[in-house]
Amino acid sequence: MNFFYLRRKFYNLLALTVSLLSAGFGIFFLFWILKDVITLGLPALNWAFFTELPVPPGAEGGGLAHAILGTIFVTVVATVIGVPSGILAGTYLSEYGRKSGTASVVRFLSDILVSAPSIVIGLFVYAILVKPLGGFSAIAGAVALSIIMLPVIVRTAEEVLKLVPDSTREAALALGAPHWKVTVHVVYRGAIRGITTGVLLAVARVSGETAPLLFTSFNNSFWNFNVAEPTATLTVTIFNYALGPYEDWHTKAWGAALIITATVLLVTIFARLLVTRRSPR
Amino acid sequence: MALLERHKADKIGDAVFRGVSYFFAISVVVLMLFIFAVLFKESLPAIKKFGLKFLVSSSWDPVRLEFGALPSVYGTIVSSIIAIVIAVPISLGIAIFLTEMAPKGFKGPIGTAIELLASIPSIIYGMWGLFVFAPFLSDHVEPWIIEYLGFIPIFNGAPLGIGMLPAGFILAIMIIPFISSVSRDVFQMVPPMLKESGYGVGATKWEVIRKVVIPYTRSGIIGAVILGLGRALGETMAVTFVIGNSHEISHALLDPATSISATLANEFTEAVDPLYLSSLVALGLILFVITFIVLVLAKFLIGGFSYKGGNL
Repeated sequence: MNFFYLRRKFYNLLALTVSLLSAGFGIFFLFWILKDVITLGLPALNWAFFTELPVPPGAEGGGLAHAILGTIFVTVVATVIGVPSGILAGTYLSEYGRKSGTASVVRFLSDILVSAPSIVIGLFVYAILVKPLGGFSAIAGAVALSIIMLPVIVRTAEEVLKLVPDSTREAALALGAPHWKVTVHVVYRGAIRGITTGVLLAVARVSGETAPLLFTSFNNSFWNFNVAEPTATLTVTIFNYALGPYEDWHTKAWGAALIITATVLLVTIFARLLVTRRSPR
Repeated sequence: MALLERHKADKIGDAVFRGVSYFFAISVVVLMLFIFAVLFKESLPAIKKFGLKFLVSSSWDPVRLEFGALPSVYGTIVSSIIAIVIAVPISLGIAIFLTEMAPKGFKGPIGTAIELLASIPSIIYGMWGLFVFAPFLSDHVEPWIIEYLGFIPIFNGAPLGIGMLPAGFILAIMIIPFISSVSRDVFQMVPPMLKESGYGVGATKWEVIRKVVIPYTRSGIIGAVILGLGRALGETMAVTFVIGNSHEISHALLDPATSISATLANEFTEAVDPLYLSSLVALGLILFVITFIVLVLAKFLIGGFSYKGGNL
């Protein structure tokens, strides 16, 4: 009897220790990765890094200003395409489609598209935009990112729009407002914080994407202000520099890694704070 | 009169708004079909040339234009299985820690920390894996594995630090947040009454977890695992850096290998021959089909679970 009791106690302790260690494992790797990104990335950051173009391979100095601009440009264009379409599709799901068959199919496919391999999206955009138009372009990269963004926005938009109670909609409708005005002025307004969070999380996610940009926006060693030309981005630059032979390239890649990681993490944390302050889930 | 006109304008506005939102909702469906169709069309030359042999042939020779998907498919599947084997116990441990053990003040910060692991871009994992983790493995871990476990064929090989096992390990770190956050969510759906009746008859915490929580949430957990598998299958950058990019199929997990996504990332921009390009797109199509099936499965399992939760 006593032996059984001790054995049960022992297994309990063992299991709880293992689960504590698992949590420690995850946190350990988070801090290990962040520590290396910071310590290896900081030395690369200086004024030139943010303002100058790269110097010829092998030479020291120069910067990645063109890639920073490229990442901002591609992400902004992707946001401009992806966010309105995603919000409107989410509006259909929460305001019109609701339980209809169309709505469930859209929901189902969005959920799948969210986890679809991003490199396949890159192949798809290569086939529809790069090959027919005869070359890599910034706009193709933006379209690829917007496709990755779309399902994320659709699902979060629907979730937060559904949080607005139906009685609020009915109150506005009873005053004689048309449905679209109710949606725009009442439902959107009530859900604005949640939508902002969803958009920020989606932007954070796509700004760190590399795979879909490899065959779409490609790379460029110079400033590019033309949407039909290839453009450099921080992530693709990391890919090329990290696999390149020069020590200076590796340092630059770590600098770019630090910028992109810091941006993504800060935006993610900010977006989370925005939503938890309102409704703890 | 003005009122009537306004009514008419409102009606038009309604129709337009509804139509536009419907259009964008449908665009998701169209997009999905379009992706399938375009990938299929682009891979037709390869399918015509190689037929089903493409799936089973292991030669990948861009010079003689002979392509087979086997090494890439093998690498994708094996690296994902390694990732799942490592990630599942740890993720479930984390989920248990977060739902059953952690003191209230710790739940939020630790949960957020684990989820931040998911928001680190995958290229950072790849780069860190190549420059930090691979040297660490080849200096400290792999010589040990080879010395003490080398008698098992899968642990043979050279301590390079890059290869199938390191790729699987990095993938595991990447999917842990996904599996643990979904399992945490399903664990939280266990009615407290069920757990309390377990404690009421004198069960320990672990007994309640093993005999009440896990059986109750089984399909949800399986769904979470398959969702993680779907992520691991399609992951590109992290794998590309550390898998070693070798089209040889080796039984040893320490040896370099390749995966579909790594092959695409490395070779697509260098491929000039139409047949070469088409074979690469065909690889992408295979990857898309595999992940599609896996994700559909995951969705049904997780969805099925939440239904059951509502009835009790």
